[in-house]
Amino acid sequence: MTTGTPTGGAPTSGPSDRTAAGDGGQGSQLTKTAGADGGGPAQAAVASVDPRLLVRERGFAGYLDDLLRRVRTGELGSLPVIVGLIVIGIVFQLQDSAFLSANNLSDLFVQSAGTGLIAVGIVFVLILGEIDLSVGSVSGMSAAVLAVLNINQGMNEVLAMVLAILTGMAAGAVHGFFFARIGVPAFVVTLAGLLGWNGLMLQILGPSGTINLDDDGVVAQLTNHYFADKVWAMGLATVCVLAFLGFSLLDARRRKAAEVPSRPLSEIVLRTVVVAVPAYAAAFVFNSYKGLPLAVVVFVGVVVLGDFVLRRTRYGRQVFAVGGSSEAAGRAGINVSMVRITVYALAGTMAAVGGLFFASQINAANQSSGAGSLLMNCIAAAVIGGTSLFGGRGKTWSALLGALVIQSINSGMALLGTGSAVRDMITGAVLLAAVVIDSVSRRTQKTAGRA
Amino acid sequence: MSATPVLALRGISKRFGAVQALTDVDLEIHPGEVVALVGDNGAGKSTLVKAIAGVSPADEGSIEWNGKPVRIDKPHDAQQLGIATVYQDLALCDNLDVVGNLFLGSELTARGVLDEVEMERRARTLLATLSIRIPSVRIPVASLSGGQRQTVAIARSLLGEPRVVILDEPTAALGVEQTAQVLDLVERLRERELGVLLISHNMADVRAVSDRVAVLRLGRNNGTFSVPDTTQEEIVSAITGATDNVVTRRNARTAGAAPTASTTSPTEVQQ
Repeated sequence: MTTGTPTGGAPTSGPSDRTAAGDGGQGSQLTKTAGADGGGPAQAAVASVDPRLLVRERGFAGYLDDLLRRVRTGELGSLPVIVGLIVIGIVFQLQDSAFLSANNLSDLFVQSAGTGLIAVGIVFVLILGEIDLSVGSVSGMSAAVLAVLNINQGMNEVLAMVLAILTGMAAGAVHGFFFARIGVPAFVVTLAGLLGWNGLMLQILGPSGTINLDDDGVVAQLTNHYFADKVWAMGLATVCVLAFLGFSLLDARRRKAAEVPSRPLSEIVLRTVVVAVPAYAAAFVFNSYKGLPLAVVVFVGVVVLGDFVLRRTRYGRQVFAVGGSSEAAGRAGINVSMVRITVYALAGTMAAVGGLFFASQINAANQSSGAGSLLMNCIAAAVIGGTSLFGGRGKTWSALLGALVIQSINSGMALLGTGSAVRDMITGAVLLAAVVIDSVSRRTQKTAGRA
Repeated sequence: MSATPVLALRGISKRFGAVQALTDVDLEIHPGEVVALVGDNGAGKSTLVKAIAGVSPADEGSIEWNGKPVRIDKPHDAQQLGIATVYQDLALCDNLDVVGNLFLGSELTARGVLDEVEMERRARTLLATLSIRIPSVRIPVASLSGGQRQTVAIARSLLGEPRVVILDEPTAALGVEQTAQVLDLVERLRERELGVLLISHNMADVRAVSDRVAVLRLGRNNGTFSVPDTTQEEIVSAITGATDNVVTRRNARTAGAAPTASTTSPTEVQQ
């Protein structure tokens, strides 16, 4: 709780001239407007600007002001996790100067891809206000399916990958079906999945228990391929930053044309800088080691794609609506069952993809694939990254940030030589802290009338 | 007011198992007219609304739209005709902003991508024409007051360009100011030549905005009153059945006439 937000009294003692959200504290203005509208010639009172609008001062000062207001009212978003990442970085760097080396950071990023990819699916499920406990087992099963099809049956590796991912999708769809159509609580359905799919994986693997993958295969390349030429990392960073700037400018122009509030140029430039700094920093780090890792490209690509789906498509809007109020969503004509089943299918798909990355790291599928702390790490990553456990709020970017936090702790602990006992305790404490922040910020948002 | 009602119900009956919820109910709504539907708890108001909205279609009776007979078997039929229903419990998504809620289920897209700019522009225009005051169209609905939420719910029903709007208890649980806001909005709907069916328990609200009052009692019509020509006592006695109670029924029986209303059991299946 790095940001001690004042809880009670936020609606009244807050900047009431600015955040005129609730109806408390502006009685006089309300009466004024009601009086003006009440009479017959009310049409004249159609003012273009409401005096109670959340006006933001243009420029940098206004931006800072808005940020502070958000923090005060509990809209913390990704702020705690970014602060957490910085703290983790400083602490481990003081203990061992190898922590922030390009070598370690690059490996850390690559190793976080598996957890992060699964966490992207978890983010979708959490936005629905549900949980998926089966992702660990599903990821292990997909690795087993791949290994058996490719190595034992001699199937083409890419085809085996596709089938493995489809297996995960089918497993997720089964969860979704029992949850959405039959009405079994998601917790129980996915708990059954946790056991069942793990059993199926052991069955598929057979007596040997471990199947080694092809050292030069596509799966092995997932976490071992690096685009060595420095152009790749810098080029990708540049493309991302320019795309961000371009879409921001385009959006601002369209908004201006439609006469709805738009971001001023100074703000767009500021936001672009905020995007550009980590993008180029990451590119620099990767180039200082082996180059741009394929795993990172896939991971970040999935995160960006997921973010686009959630915020910019009709389907994403439906996911948020079902997470906010399934009743209201249903009355608005949204097929709630369809949304639920597809979200679980998506979580299963992402679990399978993540499973392939884990298999790639050890270059094998074995009986412990998808077991252990993997499931908890994935859920923790989504929650630590700032996606609410209470449903209706979340970003796929939280999967990226959360996975980085988890992997940073793992990596730092490994550098210091502490065992998994201490690591698990610390990860547990970080998860608890994240959930506490989530709960407190939700309560603060409620008192500030924003939840 | 035009002679042909935009929506007319003739002899609507609805039975739930052993319970006769509605018996032979008639109702007419003209364009630019606010009709209040009143009645005690269990009088059949909600059942009638559900029959009009297509949520649970009537067993018997006919529905006329602009004088032509139509069938309303499912909610989609009612929406196609131009009947918009705003339910008592609002049905807004707290986590979505005002624009998101207004266009929920009918989002505008451009090349498969949500057209936020156009949705925001239309939302602003709609709210402005209705003189709805909301701090920002980009804040979550959770941060709005009860009255503002109600106005958003009503505004959302207007996006489909309906001809008839049904408001189920729009002022229940609202404060004085919020109630005034909603009543202002109802009057604006009338100015736009929409037919409004207002279900309410609140006599003050009913008398403030409606042109006619239709009373339901025990699933039957119990009179339609023109508001300017009727006192509140007359309406209340029609609702409570002050003209039809144990005493009057006993008088009627002892006088030898067959009791009428007492044959139907107290009806209504609450939703």
